[in-house]
Amino acid sequence: MTAPTDQPLFELIDRRLEYQEQTVLDNLSLCIYPGERVALLGGSGAGKSTLLKALYEQRPEQAAWCPQQPGLVPMLSAFHNIYMGALQHHSFFYNLGNLIKPLPAARREVTEIARRIDLEPQLYSSVDKLSGGQQQRTSIGRALIQRRSIFIGDEPVANVDEYQAERLLRLICQQHQSVVVALHDIDQALQFCTRIIGLKDGAIVLDAASDQLSASDLASLYDVV
Amino acid sequence: MLFNSGANSIDTSAKALRKTSLWFAVIALLCLLGADLDISTVDPWQELGLMATGALRPSVWSWSTLLSSLANTFSFALQGIALAAIGGFVLALGYGSSAVRAFCAFIRSIHELFWALLFIQITGLSSLTGLLAIAIPYAGTLAKIYGELFEEVDLAPAGNTPAAGQPLIHFFYTVLPLAWRPMTTYTSYRFECAIRSSAILGFVGLPTLGFHLETALGEGHYSEAAAYFYALLLLIGTLRLWLKKALLPIYLLAVFYYLPPQAQISWDLLVRFISVDIVPAPLRGDTFLSATTLSAFADWCSLLWQQQMWPGLINTVVLGQISLVFTALLALLLFPLNSPLFFRRWGRTLGDGLLVTLRTLPEYLLAFLGLLILGPSMVPAILALGIHNAAIISHLVGRHTEGVLLRGDASHGLNRYFYEVLPRIYRHFLAFLFYRWEVILRETAILGILGISTLGFYIDSAFEEFRFDRAFALILASALLNIGVDHLARRIRLRLHLKTLPESL
Repeated sequence: MTAPTDQPLFELIDRRLEYQEQTVLDNLSLCIYPGERVALLGGSGAGKSTLLKALYEQRPEQAAWCPQQPGLVPMLSAFHNIYMGALQHHSFFYNLGNLIKPLPAARREVTEIARRIDLEPQLYSSVDKLSGGQQQRTSIGRALIQRRSIFIGDEPVANVDEYQAERLLRLICQQHQSVVVALHDIDQALQFCTRIIGLKDGAIVLDAASDQLSASDLASLYDVV
Repeated sequence: MLFNSGANSIDTSAKALRKTSLWFAVIALLCLLGADLDISTVDPWQELGLMATGALRPSVWSWSTLLSSLANTFSFALQGIALAAIGGFVLALGYGSSAVRAFCAFIRSIHELFWALLFIQITGLSSLTGLLAIAIPYAGTLAKIYGELFEEVDLAPAGNTPAAGQPLIHFFYTVLPLAWRPMTTYTSYRFECAIRSSAILGFVGLPTLGFHLETALGEGHYSEAAAYFYALLLLIGTLRLWLKKALLPIYLLAVFYYLPPQAQISWDLLVRFISVDIVPAPLRGDTFLSATTLSAFADWCSLLWQQQMWPGLINTVVLGQISLVFTALLALLLFPLNSPLFFRRWGRTLGDGLLVTLRTLPEYLLAFLGLLILGPSMVPAILALGIHNAAIISHLVGRHTEGVLLRGDASHGLNRYFYEVLPRIYRHFLAFLFYRWEVILRETAILGILGISTLGFYIDSAFEEFRFDRAFALILASALLNIGVDHLARRIRLRLHLKTLPESL
């Protein structure tokens, strides 16, 4: 792993992270630098989501956030749910107008994103009519429209099929300078990320460049104690 | 939320809600064309200023009058709701029968002030009149709620218990315990409404707070009126502090001791009222089926219809629909005051305090104040109905937003309101609104007594002219209108899949 010389993008030193007042990760030290594509691996309850949330809170203005529970507005269309990522790029009255009737410029922008995430046919359906995978793509669409330099995602492709997951991860990596994602698929992590961090029992047990790792090195992360 | 579903074929699950909202808005706009919206007073600000001065300097002219009217208001309300709870419970036992349901719908479709005007003819301005005027319509409302609660309970306990040939005992063991909690919650909320109703009964002459309020306001004694007004607010506002469940039997004994329901009932008068006075004038007497009687009756009907019933109905609907949409807009504007998504801690406590205070003000009293300030037109009525009902709805909608979980990167301010919150709460909001629809229309009819030409205006005039036959026919017309609206609201709620059980409305 080459030591980057830039200022770190994220820096945690001896931090204790809590989830619902329970300590999830303790004595945590971690630096992530611009340009890195980091995969977080670990069994459920290892603290991936808690760590991602802590990272997002360090740079809420630069990072696009893609949580595990997409938190979409069920009765609004996929178009509106994607557009919601761009609310702060526009004036209030533009946003209000666009809510009442999609405006041409917003429509062009969102349609372009929808095309890339294979959501064009469902774009004007409300998301409560969409499948879990389609909702997840809507959530990725909302992250993409923000045009941020960092992407932080919690299992962003867990509900879509393998082929689509690869397309989406490739797209996410193309559109963002730095990426931090929790994944459960070891092969995807090795294929798309430059660095892999393994979490287990409330601590980082593995942190290495992905070209120095093989799938079998990572399997132990999921061993039941 | 007037979303346009149009050329770009947006297909959302909220489409039906948007369409219904749009129709109601269009109807209200059409109603606006036919509404009397003039402000006829020369200088509304002057009257408002006098009122504000009075409100800041409340003065009690007679403590004994204040306290006795306060006690009367409380007594009528508690006696009324107690009787209504018993009556409503008995009726709810038979709620499976459509005849019972229709009977309940009928007695609650007549406003307590109309019941009071009817009873005054028979039992005079007596304590019995006050009790019955509250107990009868409230029994109809409580029967409906209790009945629906009994239908909604978990059926397993009833199914698992052997019948033993005692259906009532079976019911007491397996259904009633399950419905008890919501029944008491709802009844105690209705008690608050009963206090408002009781206060308002003063406007037709019963010795409650409203009586002195009307006198003081009418004579421009705003400082004195303010004292009665604050007494009413204080009574409702502090209920939770001193009206404890354990003390209820004592309070009940006390109010029946203080104000025993009694009246000088003249049986002759009662018989005459029912068999002669409320019978259409041409049909009174023996020659019942002669051609002349029938043609006279036809004339009576057409005259009543053309000159009173039709204009009254039209004005009631016009004012009601405008007020409904105004209520809706105001509620959507105000609900963030009680929402943790917009205001935290102190801000929200303050905001909800405002809503609860506005809710406490009876719309009838607000309309009376509005008429003094703005002069006779529909404007004060729209404002009064809107403020009171919007406060109720926005309090509930605000509380409902406690369940909305936003993502960490959710927008703020107006963007949050329109994109994150409004779409999520809109279905609930409409459910609340359609519950209030019938109430708003009932109140609209009543505001006629204050001089706005809705049905109440013609009913009140008929009573003043001792034309009880007309008054009775007009009251029936208003009852039918309310039953119709209740039915329509229910159909719309079912069609839009809006929750069918009311919370505290």
